[in-house]
Amino acid sequence: MSGSMLFEQILDPANRANPYPLYAEMRKVPVARQEDGTYVVSTHAELARLISDPRISSDDLPDPQKFRWTGHPVTDLLVRPVRAEIRKRHRPFIFRDPPDHDRLRGQVMHCFTPERVRGMRAKTQRITDDLIGKMRGKSRIDLVDDFSYPLPVTVICELLGVPPEDEAQFHGWATQLATALEPNQRGDEETRAKNEVCFNEIADYLQGLIKDKRKDPQEDILSDLANDRDGMNDFDLVATAVLLLVAGHETTVNLITNGMLTLLRFPEHGERLRADPEIAPRLIEELLRYEPPVHYRTRLALADIPVAGITIPKDAPVIFLLAAANRDPARFIDPDRFDPDRPDNRHLGFGGGLHYCVGAPLARIEAEVALVSLVRRLKGVSLTEDPPPYRPGASLRGPRHLRLALNGAAEG
Amino acid sequence: MTRAPERIVVVGASLAGLAAAHALREGGFFGSLTLVGDETHAPYDRPPLSKQVLRGLYSADTTLPRHPDLRATFRLGQPATRLDLSERAVELGDGSRLPYDRLLIATGTRARPWPNPEEAALAGVFTLRGRDDAQRLGARLRGRPRRVVLVGGGFIGFEVASTCRDLDIPVTLLVRDAVPLAATLGPRLGGLIGEVARERGVDLRVESEIEQMEAENGRLLAVTLKDGERIETDCLVAAIGTLRNVEWLDGSGLQADAKGLRCDAFCRALLHDGSVAEGVFAAGDVARWPNPHDDDALVAVEHWGNARAQAETAAGNMLAGDASAMRRHDHLPDFWSQQFGLTIKLVGLADSADSFAVMHGSFEERRLVAAFGKDGRTVAAASIDSARWLPAYKAAIRERVPFPPIEDAVDQPHIRVQEP
Repeated sequence: MSGSMLFEQILDPANRANPYPLYAEMRKVPVARQEDGTYVVSTHAELARLISDPRISSDDLPDPQKFRWTGHPVTDLLVRPVRAEIRKRHRPFIFRDPPDHDRLRGQVMHCFTPERVRGMRAKTQRITDDLIGKMRGKSRIDLVDDFSYPLPVTVICELLGVPPEDEAQFHGWATQLATALEPNQRGDEETRAKNEVCFNEIADYLQGLIKDKRKDPQEDILSDLANDRDGMNDFDLVATAVLLLVAGHETTVNLITNGMLTLLRFPEHGERLRADPEIAPRLIEELLRYEPPVHYRTRLALADIPVAGITIPKDAPVIFLLAAANRDPARFIDPDRFDPDRPDNRHLGFGGGLHYCVGAPLARIEAEVALVSLVRRLKGVSLTEDPPPYRPGASLRGPRHLRLALNGAAEG
Repeated sequence: MTRAPERIVVVGASLAGLAAAHALREGGFFGSLTLVGDETHAPYDRPPLSKQVLRGLYSADTTLPRHPDLRATFRLGQPATRLDLSERAVELGDGSRLPYDRLLIATGTRARPWPNPEEAALAGVFTLRGRDDAQRLGARLRGRPRRVVLVGGGFIGFEVASTCRDLDIPVTLLVRDAVPLAATLGPRLGGLIGEVARERGVDLRVESEIEQMEAENGRLLAVTLKDGERIETDCLVAAIGTLRNVEWLDGSGLQADAKGLRCDAFCRALLHDGSVAEGVFAAGDVARWPNPHDDDALVAVEHWGNARAQAETAAGNMLAGDASAMRRHDHLPDFWSQQFGLTIKLVGLADSADSFAVMHGSFEERRLVAAFGKDGRTVAAASIDSARWLPAYKAAIRERVPFPPIEDAVDQPHIRVQEP
């Protein structure tokens, strides 16, 4: 297979269930130019290096709108350019560079305190127990719809301060907006139009919610951000809230589902976790290496960057293939083996550098509570199909369904 | 090939000593392992002492975590007093002798005492180096002194000044040079930190020294400066640098002096004639070694990161058998400090730099990355509240790339090369 076409193969949904052989092929050239001029970074050493290189920008979203004449001078010459500029300036911080990125991220980190995150453990356990409670007496479940999806949605809504009755609405919005994080989908005109409609809806809703939080502040992140005197403007506030919501949704779903899938594929590890929940933290780190929820992220080269014997040219799109670096034999012994006892497991499952996952501590808690509870309470559980059907995304990669046969669930 | 060691003695039971002990066990050493320390405390961590411990947020018990299966004998409260290279033995304060097959010298440094012993002995005069020092000074600060006078324009002085301001205690900071912190960060960044300190209410005096102290009943009352000004104070902290703990090596034949214990690139201690002292290694603040990132200029690095890294290199080499299996100590010095709400980091050594440029951020924002150059290549980088890019600069320094190192980058002003 030609190395310059490899990434296209990776994007092909036919390879979603097992992209790892393609990643191994990809790693043969640590930084590989694709036919369209994109550079794919797939080895651990090169990725760890470039992820902290200030010549690589995260501001790589395409311009918000293609210019189309409507014939109406006010629209064409005033409204459109201004709107486009505002949108461009009010991107979530995952798509921004310092200094704006640092300011916005800092304000979020300020609210995402360790106490607050730790405080979510009990709540996560309660939601988990409720969801597993509903599986009692059942012989078939879809782990994604019945568990992996509702759990993080409820947790992130609670943390942000979205009223429970509005959660269902958020579900639809989050699923649609997650496509903005799928680089191969966001260029598509139809997707972009849908995202715009969706973003306007969610923005209107959040504007209303922010108003409420200012009138009547609660113990939640949105209240904190909305009432911070030196805080962000409303555009940034909405963009940030949407980001937290989408990121808090789509990634943890994959982590939990991939986790259960992996434990069912290697039942000795499921058994070990059941017997000794203390191994959960190590097991989850290994999961983040072995089946990470985010497989790649995109960047933009701002300058010619020499690396691994080649030069990434200025303006080239760059793809950080995190999931391939996680399986790099030059960094991890026997990388295709799932081994929670792995020493020095410096995986890139949460990314790295400036944009390292803000929600990592929360994700760890959610995954731990979920997986420990599932292995302890589900009885006689097995996969009914392997591989399961996957969602289309190659970046936020995870099963669309994980249908399990079981013998009910034990009491909590 | 020398025989595998059966007895290893580590003199110095602090960060470097303990890190070496761990590395020796991880490296497969099963023999007898003894750590000698002059303090009675088990190995502990120092960075919190001038910050959280002084402020009363942490207890002074900053004991470092120890592997439960370390199987080391600790001889604590026992200074090493003499080294006998021909007999391969270390003598301790109680007269006992510890024979060794391999010896690691990690005796570090101590606070330089106030030069006038009578003044140094006054109640209210402090130095800060160890746990006990931090406990004593912390207790004094909680007793709310009227004014703390700090002597010394280095990082310890600044961190203590910052802690005092956090506690809302008036502080006068006396710096001998024209600009504080200049030896480490250069005058531009040092000046910036000095400015921040002043804004936080520190009475910062540059080119200022103490002429004499005034006391009543053995208690400090006031100090008089060289320019004649008198400042009333009941608490003075002398943060005027360190002395290397090498006196016990006098007469041993090792090349040791105020600059440190001379060793080679493999952490092996050297004799006066420049040859290797068989089986003797050095690590941490006391070691003076050829820095490959500065054309093998000799350097002693008093940083946390180096202590650990050098101890690990030395431990590996102690078990290596012969020189062909040894690894060079090529740690790139790095260092951090927290003060006045800022996190300052430095990689490489900026003290001999001849050029300087702000690479990201700006002085105005007080958030920046700056690079230092020497003879046209990049030798160091410092960050203030923006350390995330530092790994890229670290790589640039290791690879000796031309200065300025990284152009056309995110959040980068027009690069203007200046004097440091």
